[in-house]
Amino acid sequence: MIYAILLIPAVAAALLAVLPDDRTSARLNVVASLLTLACALVLLVERPAPGPFLIVDDLNVVFIVLSTLVGFTTSVFSASYIAHELEVGHLTPAYLRFYHAMYQLLMFGMNLALLSNNVGLMWVAVELATLTTVLMVGIYRTPAALEAAWKYFLLGSVGIALALFGTILVYLAARSVLGEGLDAMAWSELVEHAADFDPALLNLSFVFLLLGYGTKVGLVPLHAWLPDAHAEGPTPISAVLSGLLLNVALFAVLRFKSVMAANPLALAPGPLMVSLGLLSVVFASFMLYRRQDIKRLFAYSSIEHMGIVTFAFGMGGTLANFAGLLHMTLHSLTKSAIFFCVGHIAQIKGTQRMADIRGLTASHPVLGWGLALGVVAIAGLPPMGIFMTEFLIVTSTFAREPALAVALGLSLLVAFGALLLRLNGLAFGEPVGSRAPAQASFVPIALHLALVAVAGIWLPPALVAWFQHVAALMK
Amino acid sequence: MDQIALDVAHLFAGGLVLVSFMLLYQDRMTGLINIFALHALVVSLSVAWQAHIQGAPHLYITAAIALGVKAVVIPLALHRIVVRLGIHRTIEPVVGVGQTMLAGIGLVALSIMVMLPITAQAGTLAREDLSFALSVILLGLLMMISRRNAVSQVIGFMSIENGLILAATGAKGMPLVVEISVAFSILVALIVIGIFLFRIRERFETVDIHLLHEHRGEQP
Repeated sequence: MIYAILLIPAVAAALLAVLPDDRTSARLNVVASLLTLACALVLLVERPAPGPFLIVDDLNVVFIVLSTLVGFTTSVFSASYIAHELEVGHLTPAYLRFYHAMYQLLMFGMNLALLSNNVGLMWVAVELATLTTVLMVGIYRTPAALEAAWKYFLLGSVGIALALFGTILVYLAARSVLGEGLDAMAWSELVEHAADFDPALLNLSFVFLLLGYGTKVGLVPLHAWLPDAHAEGPTPISAVLSGLLLNVALFAVLRFKSVMAANPLALAPGPLMVSLGLLSVVFASFMLYRRQDIKRLFAYSSIEHMGIVTFAFGMGGTLANFAGLLHMTLHSLTKSAIFFCVGHIAQIKGTQRMADIRGLTASHPVLGWGLALGVVAIAGLPPMGIFMTEFLIVTSTFAREPALAVALGLSLLVAFGALLLRLNGLAFGEPVGSRAPAQASFVPIALHLALVAVAGIWLPPALVAWFQHVAALMK
Repeated sequence: MDQIALDVAHLFAGGLVLVSFMLLYQDRMTGLINIFALHALVVSLSVAWQAHIQGAPHLYITAAIALGVKAVVIPLALHRIVVRLGIHRTIEPVVGVGQTMLAGIGLVALSIMVMLPITAQAGTLAREDLSFALSVILLGLLMMISRRNAVSQVIGFMSIENGLILAATGAKGMPLVVEISVAFSILVALIVIGIFLFRIRERFETVDIHLLHEHRGEQP
């Protein structure tokens, strides 16, 4: 099963690269994503023993299931989105073939990064995922899209270079204990023997890894690529970037954090993550006010939420970890649902400028209310699930660091104000622009929002137990 | 390990830092590309020497890739791009050469002061190699921020990559070095193809990526 998760996207990518018909390839894309999701669900019950390269443990199984689920729903959304792009001539069939092949290659890269038991292999996989998204961000070939892709490329490459230097330092730290060879790069071995590693080398490596992978998480001040890449690429890619790729990079940071935490003499990784996370939340929540482009608005909101999650994991402890993990999951679901709505809306209106989009609930009730519900969820209003996780994070911080909790709570309020202000303009009032009916796929939007709403009201005890177990493991 | 082997390894690693400094003060595109080819040549020599003294034949592959791709193919491609775009002599440094060099010296001192004390356990070879490698990486970053032009930023990035290869081969017995260097070569090749295909010049009249701000649509 563990191989199937990697093989299906890889084979599908090869097939999609040669298939000429766009209808078939969109369908194949959906089917391949569904099969990957099915294999990921099997991992929940049946877990293979860790090998030198691949591993399934309690932590990464959460990420894999989330990643394949959002990958599947996004492929459904992408089919209807792309059909429209082809109709209006934004993309040619040749580009479409390329797009679908890259989509599956991205899924392959992300799954490999999540499953890898080897720090070097994980690095290669994250790089692959970065490259495929760069190519897709630039796919429209407009000046703005090319510039966004170029900026993402340069910043992403520098980040990934720093991460590699950190990886080399981790290997050096492990080599004196575990000897030369693959063992000194395997997660399972690293965490187990981390207590004996040289703390000074580990400290330095973590700084590089946090900055390197942190660039890909979109932490302030390394976030500059993120809004441009989200705004200029195709919307399905904005959805997987926000919903999945940022999580994968954060996952890499978490893996190294647990190595650091296992060494009592090494620097505590928490305060570093807390400061970067808090900085991201404060910065992004103020930046939300001046946005004029709808996709940029939600890109900044992604920075804010990744900041919250990093903050929570940095605080550590079972409660904060639990809330962080749940927040990350719910953010992925909500943000991709929002991007699904935004994608269809931008296609109908033919613009991403928020000033030209008004009165959506009157002109397009389903999309408009879907967007409204998504924004209510992402802003952290009850009864949606994000309210609960934000509440947990703020209250658990209050018990330990009241000053930080005040700063976090205030910036959450600032972001809340900005999002509701924008929502008011977008969703209500007199409709402007095209009122053409939407050729939208509503199922993914409804599914994601329903999951988020249910999570806010009632979490299945099995899920709570599972997440609590993972949170306790992360320390 | 005998003294001569160590000395030669240090010679190459130190040479790489020196060539990184040479990259910093180039004021013509052609010269910059030629010095970068020299940078790649030095790194491939250094990797080949490591392969020899560590008895690790797979590292010869990494050395061959560095030599073939980065010392020959990419410089030739960049020369063609530069001629086509007509930017032989346009390097626009953000700050003067003097300040850049001073900052570079500071960065080298910093990396030696950071790396030497903490790598005491890692063995003599890895120790100096790592501080040199970190110097090369920091100098590459300095180059990327002190130049506005896309081609020189790419060269800065590739010099960072050479520093990483130096670090990876210096860490004795590290697995997957060859795979990582192949992955990196693909990245670099894509960047160069990117400049070529995207034809930043044709679309923007300049390769100055400062113009990005105009496309953001954030200005009222």
